[in-house]
Amino acid sequence: MTRRFAIRAAIATLALGVLALAPAAHAAGAVNPAADKAAFQKFFTSKFPKLKPEDFVNGPYSMNEDLHKQWEEKEQFPPYEFSLEAGKEMFSTPFKNGKTYADCFPNQGIGIRQNYPYFDEKEGKVVTLELALNRCREANGEAPFSYVKDDMAALTAYIAFTSRGKPMDIKIPDDPRALEAYQKGKEYFYTRRGQLNFSCATCHIQSPGERIRAEVLAPALGILNAMPIYRSEWSGMGTTSRRFTTCNSQIRGVPLNPQDDEYRNLEYYLSYVSNGLPISGPGARP
Amino acid sequence: MSAATRAIFAASALLIATATAALAASDADYKAAYAAAEAANKEAGLLRNQWTTTASTLSAAKKAGEAGDFDTAVAQAKEAEALAKASIFQATSEKERWKDMEVR
Repeated sequence: MTRRFAIRAAIATLALGVLALAPAAHAAGAVNPAADKAAFQKFFTSKFPKLKPEDFVNGPYSMNEDLHKQWEEKEQFPPYEFSLEAGKEMFSTPFKNGKTYADCFPNQGIGIRQNYPYFDEKEGKVVTLELALNRCREANGEAPFSYVKDDMAALTAYIAFTSRGKPMDIKIPDDPRALEAYQKGKEYFYTRRGQLNFSCATCHIQSPGERIRAEVLAPALGILNAMPIYRSEWSGMGTTSRRFTTCNSQIRGVPLNPQDDEYRNLEYYLSYVSNGLPISGPGARP
Repeated sequence: MSAATRAIFAASALLIATATAALAASDADYKAAYAAAEAANKEAGLLRNQWTTTASTLSAAKKAGEAGDFDTAVAQAKEAEALAKASIFQATSEKERWKDMEVR
């Protein structure tokens, strides 16, 4: 009797133990953007304890004092200024039908950069600022711009400039598709690709502040807050799309098309984990 | 030179010529190797993970094949196939391995 009781008690304890552990195991595999963001930001602030969170948006220029001095001097006559002026003019010039970009965006398109990309519940996909700008053009009978440079960079430079200092504020709605897009973006960020077997994280998580050939690598935290950027290496402006596609080719991977779902999801993830950091675009980089 | 020696030389020359012909790659070899490499690269494309080096090696194979240099063409095509297969392996193994790098 005692023996049978002991066996029953052991079985019951085991069953209770399994039940108690089940939610924890489930939670470990669950998508939790808020926890991801906290861990992501903590990783960088612990790795670079001298930096304030808002410093990270200056990319490689935040990584050491010499570079920071270079950045301060650059900001006296910023190389993105021509593009910014062009963007301002383009933004206020009406389309052939008389409408303007302002008609397509909340708050007339001013001070809205921090809310992009967003998850469009109607479409079930992530919509980036670059995509929204081209959709605005097409809806008004204009041809879309190239996603990688010049006109698109100028337009996004102006919109970013009107949003400077505003904290990144990406929302993930209570929609499983939004969580899936976020998760896929995260997976893309950490996945190694290309013949060099690099992921985005190889450079921007494992090695920020280190050199890869002549370049100082930027931290992933706040990396998109400065977009679009003037890069001396490009001798011109480039958009987020340009940054993603060139990163892929540099590691000997064939880039996807700008604004393919993978890149939209990646932008969603990277922007979300930088929530709270100020918009600093347009930026300049070595 | 005796008739026997001449016969030996002639036989040797014939043997060497036959052996060389057997080792040299043909147009058919090139086409088969190229098709295999292209198929592997297509599979990498479906996994959204093609490598630029596969594309450039495939182009080199095609260029050599069109110039009639089938030995080079076959070697390049085989190299391209190996690269494409490596990119497939990478994409497949990374389906789980990416989690090892995640900041938690």
